[in-house]
Amino acid sequence: MSTTPATSAPHVRSYPAGLGWVPVWRRNLLFWRKLAPASMLANLGEPILYLLALGYGLGALVGGVGGIPYQVFLASGFICSSAMMTATFEATYSAYTRMAAQHTWDAMISTPLGVGDVVRGEIAWATTKSLMSATGVMVVGAAIGAVRGWQALLAIPAAALTGLCFSAIALVVTTIARSYDSFLYYTTLVMTPMFLLSGVFFPLAQMPEAIQRLATVLPLTHAVALVRPLVIGGSVEAPLLHVAVLLGYAATASALAARLARRRMLV
Amino acid sequence: MNARPAPDSLPPAADAANPVPALEARGLRKRYGEQTVVDGVDMQVARGECWGLLGPNGAGKTTFLRMVLGRTPPTEGSLRVLGLPVPEASAATRARIGLVPQLDTLDPDFTVVENLRVYAGYFGIRAREAHALIADLLAFANLEAKADAPISTLSGGMKRRLSLARALVNTPDLLVLDEPTTGLDPQARQLLWQRLRMLKSRGMSLVLTTHYMEEAARLCDRVTVMDRGRFLDTDTPARLVARHVEPQVVEVHGIDALEWHGAGGADAADRVEVVGDTVLCYLRDERPILDALRDRPGLEYLHRPANLEDVFLRLTGRDLRDA
Repeated sequence: MSTTPATSAPHVRSYPAGLGWVPVWRRNLLFWRKLAPASMLANLGEPILYLLALGYGLGALVGGVGGIPYQVFLASGFICSSAMMTATFEATYSAYTRMAAQHTWDAMISTPLGVGDVVRGEIAWATTKSLMSATGVMVVGAAIGAVRGWQALLAIPAAALTGLCFSAIALVVTTIARSYDSFLYYTTLVMTPMFLLSGVFFPLAQMPEAIQRLATVLPLTHAVALVRPLVIGGSVEAPLLHVAVLLGYAATASALAARLARRRMLV
Repeated sequence: MNARPAPDSLPPAADAANPVPALEARGLRKRYGEQTVVDGVDMQVARGECWGLLGPNGAGKTTFLRMVLGRTPPTEGSLRVLGLPVPEASAATRARIGLVPQLDTLDPDFTVVENLRVYAGYFGIRAREAHALIADLLAFANLEAKADAPISTLSGGMKRRLSLARALVNTPDLLVLDEPTTGLDPQARQLLWQRLRMLKSRGMSLVLTTHYMEEAARLCDRVTVMDRGRFLDTDTPARLVARHVEPQVVEVHGIDALEWHGAGGADAADRVEVVGDTVLCYLRDERPILDALRDRPGLEYLHRPANLEDVFLRLTGRDLRDA
């Protein structure tokens, strides 16, 4: 900022424009490091349980989906739902704790950081965590033969985009939440239907017409449509459309979250 | 305990080398709907000055501070902090402000030293530079032995000292403290006051809110009495006392005090205030009343010089202890 006079404290340097989110992200990373072993165990343990139990248990009943074994079908969808769930929990319960219970956001905006920096840092952090859990699913999926080919590596940025999208949406909910109970509405009314109706567990094609139409507006549907072919080895139909939908949700929700957070914090 | 400078020798402090005021508010007003919380206040705080904002809960002190920090957009008026317009340039001003908030916002996910390190990161201070700085701050806050302790194990006084240390990581030009000693025991309060005087002697500008008269009188060059959103008067503590109240006070309390007053016992006083079951007699000459009280063994009384609390009572008509 050109109007900024030199501070009397030479060690204070302002972050380059647009990078104010970095220290917020780093704060969350530093805390995560204290619990990293448990966190990584969960990142690998949960997909192992799901993929083994559902993949082999349910897979024995349904056989395959469109010619591929069920656990292969499930693993590719589970990469997306796992990114979604991790992003959602981090950007709701954990972020709300920092905002409302611990007053961590208050402390941050007493420094040169602005509310927008805090919002972007929280979104970046929840995205990072979702990336870790999606990668965990990918590793477990590879171990059970559900990852077919190197193009599957492209599913990692796609999962990150999924995480970004759901982090931003969840943070919108956080900025208007009145208590932890508010998140029950969001998880029950939005997350659970999305989890079940986006093609993670079964192909959308077998659902009623109305549900298929509803599913086209759900971001998780687009995430699955993007990630599944990459993981099981196939061509992605209309990749730009899916990326654009996820980016559109992410950009809109980020802007809205920043606006709502300002309204909440700067009164 | 350091002796206080003779109050009357203290003009509004000014740092001749730095003519840009620490704080300059003109016609500053904050409304929430129909409610006016800060009602058109004017103030100028010089560099190196310690200014205290004194008032009961709900007077508008915290809202005023939030405006200074760029946390609350004013409804009307102009505000410059360290020469820059706020809230427009508040990110730049916050780089040069240290804040000790009323409620601790220490990060419970980290230890004492990690709190300082992470907070320094918010100011863009590199880890290498922060290292030496943090060692100094721990010593200043008397927390060296607690460097690796979790926040939850600290006492109230330690937490407040850590909040102060944290507020100093950016070597601020202006330190803002919102009720810094509320809830602290007398020893913890004395230690914090001593540290604040140390900072003031280094030329740091201090703005603090308090509802402790003693705190304002001990620390502040100038004090403003605030009530219902208005700044009622501003001056050195001694001049405020001299201007608004008689120099001597006899406090009469006990079950018979009101009856004694009703029967004309306090008629010799220049002015009388009744607060709860206490009759406050303000006078230039206390002897007649003290003589009369000696003949009333059922009454308890205390003779003391007038202080800021009396100024407050006079200006607001409100009992601060009830506020």
